[in-house]
Amino acid sequence: MSAELFFQYIAAGITYGIIYAIVAIGFNIIYNTTGIINFAQGEFLMLGSMIAISLHDFMPLFPSIVLAVIITMFIGALIELLFIRWLEGPSILRMIIITIGISILIRELALAIWGESVRALPYFTGDEVTSVSIGVVKVSPQVLWVVGICILMVIILQIFFQFTLLGRKMRACATNPMAARLCGINTKNMVTLSFMLSALIGAVAGCVVSPITYSQYNMGTGLAIKGFTVAILGGLGNSLAALGGGIVLGLLESFSVWVMPSAYKDAISIAILLIILFVRPTGLFGSKETMALKEF
Amino acid sequence: MAILKINNLSKSFGGLKAINNVSFHLQEGAIKAVIGPNGAGKTTLFNLISGFLKPDNGSIIFKDTGIDGLDAHRIATLGIARTFQHIRLFPGMNVLENVMMGRHRFARTGFLSSMLNMPWKRREEREIKEKALYALEFVGIAELAYKDALELSYGQQRLVELARALALEPEILLLDEPAAGLNMRETAEMGILIERIRDKGVTVLIVEHDMTLIMKISDEIVVLSYGEKIAEDNPLSIQKNEEVIRVYLGEEDA
Repeated sequence: MSAELFFQYIAAGITYGIIYAIVAIGFNIIYNTTGIINFAQGEFLMLGSMIAISLHDFMPLFPSIVLAVIITMFIGALIELLFIRWLEGPSILRMIIITIGISILIRELALAIWGESVRALPYFTGDEVTSVSIGVVKVSPQVLWVVGICILMVIILQIFFQFTLLGRKMRACATNPMAARLCGINTKNMVTLSFMLSALIGAVAGCVVSPITYSQYNMGTGLAIKGFTVAILGGLGNSLAALGGGIVLGLLESFSVWVMPSAYKDAISIAILLIILFVRPTGLFGSKETMALKEF
Repeated sequence: MAILKINNLSKSFGGLKAINNVSFHLQEGAIKAVIGPNGAGKTTLFNLISGFLKPDNGSIIFKDTGIDGLDAHRIATLGIARTFQHIRLFPGMNVLENVMMGRHRFARTGFLSSMLNMPWKRREEREIKEKALYALEFVGIAELAYKDALELSYGQQRLVELARALALEPEILLLDEPAAGLNMRETAEMGILIERIRDKGVTVLIVEHDMTLIMKISDEIVVLSYGEKIAEDNPLSIQKNEEVIRVYLGEEDA
């Protein structure tokens, strides 16, 4: 394999890895505040990009993305208000099944609204053939948008959780819900907020990645599985570990094309998921203690 | 004046009557203790008052407002703070941040204004920090403000939890075994601290097993046994109460 091709694989691996990481971080935010895996996470990416594509018919690109992200956030809040909030002491399993149901519901609604056609947002800068050279690697400027915006989101989230009162309130609810309630924190509102945050980063990721991967009503399922793999790989609940896990999975997928037919690419993540669950359920970077802590 | 009135309160778990028809009043500015053998229902009583459990029967009136059945965070916001028998601090936050969480009810926190770091937001954050530091100073551990909360000794963690409860500026403070796990010197200091809290005008309801501490600081004592109130009186009379002695020491000649 030529050095050029090698670096090309790395660039592709990192791009996809970061998208997986964003899905995983969405999982983490909701997991930390509720203890459930929201299997409708991938649907937030689909909704974000599909809504933005529809809005783009009427308005310029960036307003349509912003509006789509806001709408997806409200859908996220609505899901929590309608399906999660009123449950009295639900079991984790019940809530997880509910999220699977929500994901099917959203997918079918999307099919009814948008049909099966494959759509895409236009490239943010340039078009399909524009490329930027970084050393020996030629990448589409959209790749830089994906990497840049996603990393920016991770940084902003870290600042939010570490340094703002609202972020600390969410952490308080995650680590010790009883004590948080004693401090007068409405833990239910924090759960709603976590769904909104998850929907927000999902929708943003869905929009930036849409020009490269295209959008379709069922794109969420695959992303949810990859994102879940990454969340488990990194150790549930930890955002920075998710970033690491995402890049590991992205690179593995990317290089797998070199040794086996690309049709098996998706099998990689499932295989990794199974291996991790058998061998090291706390994840590569996690331990039992940090799992119990539920830090963002 | 009674700041908290508990009337005919009952709570069962399955067939077990954890709290059975208990009534008593809490006088404003007093220290009242709830004692009783293990399993008498003391912690259940605290969980009912602080809103972690909903009573089956009876009412809890805080300054003319019924608070039974309200959610825990609403009760905390109304001005009833509480500490736990098993310390519950927020890991991953330093001591000051832990105490600041107790102040949050005085803050307006919007997502956007937090992220954009608005000037009034920063002023508010500074105010919260000052009040939290003051609470730490009051319990005597201001110098630990920037330590990781979980690195502190057990006794110090208790004080952090107490400071967090005080940061709410409560009118009533519920203390669930504040001296558990403390040595004799720390227990004595805790007693003095609780009296200072009372002197600030905070009404205190305390559950505690350390009788020396209870007899020294409390104005009135309620004794529970198997979920029922068997006595309510001042410390001296409680010590002489035959029913109480029987419950605590058992009937030797029975």
